[in-house]
Amino acid sequence: MSEVLLNVRNLRVTYPGDDGDFRAVRNVSFSLGRERLGIVGESGSGKSTTGRAIMGLVQRPGRIEADELTLFDKQGGKTDLRAMSERGFRALRGQRLAMVLQDPKYSLDPVMRVGDQIAETHRAHLRSSKAEAYKASLDMLNAVHIRDPERVYGMYPHQVSGGMGQRIMIAMMLIAGPDILIADEPTSALDVTVQTQVLAIMDDLVQRRGMGLILISHNLHLVSSFCDRVLVMYAGQVVETCEAGKLHEATHPYTRGLLAALPQLGNRRHELPQLQRDPAWAADL
Amino acid sequence: MPSWIAGVAKGAASIVVTLLGLLAITFFMGRMLPIDPVISIVGEQADKATYDMVYHRLGLDKTLLTQFLLYMRDMLSGEFGEALFTGNKVSVDLARVFPATIELASFAIAIGIGVGVPLGILAAVYRGTALDHIARFVGLLGYSSPTFWLGLMGLIVFYAALGLVAGPGRIDVAYIDMFEPQTGLLLLDAAMQGEWEVFGNVFRHIVLPGSILGYASMAYISRMTRSFMLEQLGQEYIIAARVKGMSRWRVVRRHALRNILVQLVTVIALAYAFLLEGAVLTETVFAWPGFGRYLTSGLLAGDMNAVLACVLIIGLIFVGLNLLADLLYRLLDPRTR
Repeated sequence: MSEVLLNVRNLRVTYPGDDGDFRAVRNVSFSLGRERLGIVGESGSGKSTTGRAIMGLVQRPGRIEADELTLFDKQGGKTDLRAMSERGFRALRGQRLAMVLQDPKYSLDPVMRVGDQIAETHRAHLRSSKAEAYKASLDMLNAVHIRDPERVYGMYPHQVSGGMGQRIMIAMMLIAGPDILIADEPTSALDVTVQTQVLAIMDDLVQRRGMGLILISHNLHLVSSFCDRVLVMYAGQVVETCEAGKLHEATHPYTRGLLAALPQLGNRRHELPQLQRDPAWAADL
Repeated sequence: MPSWIAGVAKGAASIVVTLLGLLAITFFMGRMLPIDPVISIVGEQADKATYDMVYHRLGLDKTLLTQFLLYMRDMLSGEFGEALFTGNKVSVDLARVFPATIELASFAIAIGIGVGVPLGILAAVYRGTALDHIARFVGLLGYSSPTFWLGLMGLIVFYAALGLVAGPGRIDVAYIDMFEPQTGLLLLDAAMQGEWEVFGNVFRHIVLPGSILGYASMAYISRMTRSFMLEQLGQEYIIAARVKGMSRWRVVRRHALRNILVQLVTVIALAYAFLLEGAVLTETVFAWPGFGRYLTSGLLAGDMNAVLACVLIIGLIFVGLNLLADLLYRLLDPRTR
């Protein structure tokens, strides 16, 4: 990771509530290069909110603040996402930043042909004609290993399987050539047998295009085997950052606890140890 | 498209069953009403011989089943008998009053859709803002004020005080002979014959009752649109569309709106059916020579033939609009194909 694509310093996402503000993300900092960065954490740890904050998709009355939230382009130009208007974000989304959502059953429009949904991204960003967008969509369906793309183009989301739906989602998000892809639990809703297949297709595309990938997951195994680097989040903060290959050397007691609670093949244990939470982990770092 | 044909066949079958049910219900209603059909023809003072003759002529001495079969035959061939209070055949009366109601209801539903759908969408997209509150207040007002009261107030303000619109009725007497009604929809007839002066007069007559009925259906349609829209706007595919870089309005138009169309069609069909049969009070206030007023007059006169025919027609309207909505579903939602 020589070249930095995204720099995040002290990102904070706050939701005002009746009994004080709820700080969903607290001072998260990281930088992303042309690499695969994993963010792991349990439900409510702020990992998805971090991804949505980068996309500018935090709904009112939620607030995004950061000391730095900068997107770098290939020419070294900087874009400050903090000052970005909705219109500005619209131009970035799809073209520079993209996101794969969890379950294609819900994230594809049920009454629109899947091919048209892919073409829509192309047309919006590249101002292409219908024929160009159609051609590009077929190429993209090919790129995500869909056989007979002409037929699949005309199908509706309820007619495709989960794995195929997620590949269509990837095609839809990558067609305008973004630099950064945020994959928010991209395989959690899929059958175990197709999970690796979908990940491999996504990984292959991301590598070949030299993109940066942020993989958000609660699956430690998946993230450690798939990513280059891992951020471990707890209660809205990054409690530990480490090389994915060295996850077993992690030092934070939360990470250690999570690792200890994982079942292992070939290692019969009567009972998995329960994670003993320490209130100190949630305190501001 | 075999599944499509099967769908239509199923729809047709359900129409036949519903129609049979409707006929049975109206038939038994006719027998149970505390009105003696013979007396309403011959009068209280008739002698026994006249009474028996009419009794026999009406077929009331036959078995109930035979009577029902005869009744079915008459109804299905459009032979509704004579309306005693007008002295015409009911079918002739209906052909006269029904277009008046269709014209009024269509005018109203056009307002209901044209204003209600955009208003509901705006209220959902700008949820919680002043616009949303205003839209909801306007809707609530339309929902909760009785249309006959709105009609009276409208007449006082716009007709009596301001003189902006024409008064009760469909058309001023002076204009009646100026053109040849063909469809019975006066706006259409006048426009087709290029009688723009007549058109203007008819429009000035229909605009107030049409707007008041339209306001009521607008209130209903906008409220439902808002809630359907809110449900869709919270879906994941809306976020996905925004992630692709679509503008808010493009997402609303191309994705959310297309997803609520099925539900919207049902609501509109219902609102239209309601307008076709439920404009009784408005028609009375505006002396509108329509279906609702015909039905009320028939009821008050105790005229069974007219009332039963009207009930049957109302049932048919509901069945027909339901079938239409069903066919539109198939067109709009790929999951039902």
